Amino acid sequence: MAAPMATTIAQFENVGLRYGTGAETLSDVSFSLDGGGFYFLTGPSGAGKTSLLKLLYLALRPSRGLIRLFDEDVVTLPRDRLPGFRRRIGVVFQDFRLVPHLSAFDNIALPLRVAGVEEQELATPVNEMLAWVGLSDRASARPATLSGGEQQRVAIARAVIGRPEILIADEPTGNVDPEMAARLLHLFDALNKLGTTLVVATHDIHLLSRVSGAQMMRLEGGRLSDPTGALKNPPREPQGRRSEKARR
Amino acid sequence: MNLPFAASAAERRLLTEGRLSGPMPWVIAIMMFLTVLAAAGGLALNQAASNVTGSIAQRITIQIVEANPDVREAQTRAAMETLADLDGVTDIVRVPDEEIDALIEPWIGAAGDEEGIPVPTMIDAALTADAHNDLAGLEEAIAAAAPAARIDDHAQFLAPLADLIGSLTWLAAALVLLTASALAASVILAVRAALNTHRNTIEVLHLMGATDVQIARLFQRRIALDALFGGLVGFLSAAIILLVLGQRIGAVGSELLGSATLPLSAWLLLLLLPLIGAIVSTLVARYTVIGVLRKLL
Repeated sequence: MAAPMATTIAQFENVGLRYGTGAETLSDVSFSLDGGGFYFLTGPSGAGKTSLLKLLYLALRPSRGLIRLFDEDVVTLPRDRLPGFRRRIGVVFQDFRLVPHLSAFDNIALPLRVAGVEEQELATPVNEMLAWVGLSDRASARPATLSGGEQQRVAIARAVIGRPEILIADEPTGNVDPEMAARLLHLFDALNKLGTTLVVATHDIHLLSRVSGAQMMRLEGGRLSDPTGALKNPPREPQGRRSEKARR
Repeated sequence: MNLPFAASAAERRLLTEGRLSGPMPWVIAIMMFLTVLAAAGGLALNQAASNVTGSIAQRITIQIVEANPDVREAQTRAAMETLADLDGVTDIVRVPDEEIDALIEPWIGAAGDEEGIPVPTMIDAALTADAHNDLAGLEEAIAAAAPAARIDDHAQFLAPLADLIGSLTWLAAALVLLTASALAASVILAVRAALNTHRNTIEVLHLMGATDVQIARLFQRRIALDALFGGLVGFLSAAIILLVLGQRIGAVGSELLGSATLPLSAWLLLLLLPLIGAIVSTLVARYTVIGVLRKLL
């Protein structure tokens, strides 16, 4: 029996992004992400990883090109429809962006409150999430009193509590020790096995070997390459380079 | 139940409260204090203007200027009878001689009449608007009955005063508008400052799928409470000043100043100002937040 075709959850076609009147930060970025896939986005600092993720979690609109999310063109999507799409995406920010005056419990509960979940229905899922990230005893702690690793786990719990279809994490292992990085990857892997599509931006290409089935996209100078064949819609190589390869 | 304009208890926790700790309620209190004073001034002047142009302005005083006391008395009676027979004369009062003596005493002393100085008799009459408009006909009828009669129309000497009161009323209305505009402007500034303070939280909420209206509700509730508190403080302070001023004006005993009083309906209108201020502040906060958020994606 043939394996079921994975559905495309996100698609970029010739996407370009320019801040103001400067040079393009992203140029001709084209790829497709399958639902349930695990993707690493790598590249040097300044390559445009965070910008690409911002386009993916709808914090920016591209300067050109087409972006489809959940089968809809989100570039021309009316602004008032964006919140509905954003609720289907979980984001772990590089700097966590926890709300400083809220406890760990309230930070994790934020997406549910935004979605209008009643207060009496909040406690169970939030407490489950706190237990899942090993922070049950830190529920009432404010971010300032949490360690970097604990803040990271609160940020992850907050990103996944709304059961997003895509989880986007920007350098989640950048500020934690190797042991914590391994634990985070384990959490991500568990989520992925539950069907969540993961896109993780990282400098650390060794992470790829720690997650079975994970694929890698590489950004360099705002252009995307496809070292593991992850992309269903990979960029075409420039004519000159192709003929040079053929000669070799 | 979650009202579309009110943040739920859970939503309220998304931003730090900080209410009453900043200058906003006190700025609103000062604005409301000035607004209530200006509005009270306008309402009192309006009341005075309506008195002047109504009951006072439609009055006339008839003087019988005749040296012979018998003729003067006869013409006074004839004039009063003529007035009584005319349509549109609602009130006829002969000013008592003692009152006239008291009026002229500062100029000719207490023994004016005894020394043979002829003092005119005076009749005060109130007219309907129609009768006042036909003053020439009334003058003709009085002249036939009392040739020594002179008629003073109160409206003539009150006209410049009425114009002044009218101008002051408009000035008070303009002051109310100015202070209300300043209140709205300070709300806009406060909301923008709060948006800057909470920019990180707002961006996070935005990216989690919070709608503009959800975020606006958080701010408008805080501003509404600040505006209501500040408005009530401003109103109470102004009310105390107005009551003290009212007592002082009453002590002066001037009919004109006394006519510039605040009726109950005016007090009720003034009491509405803090409520209107809170509603206006809430709406200004809502549309400021939504306007700023619309500039984000």
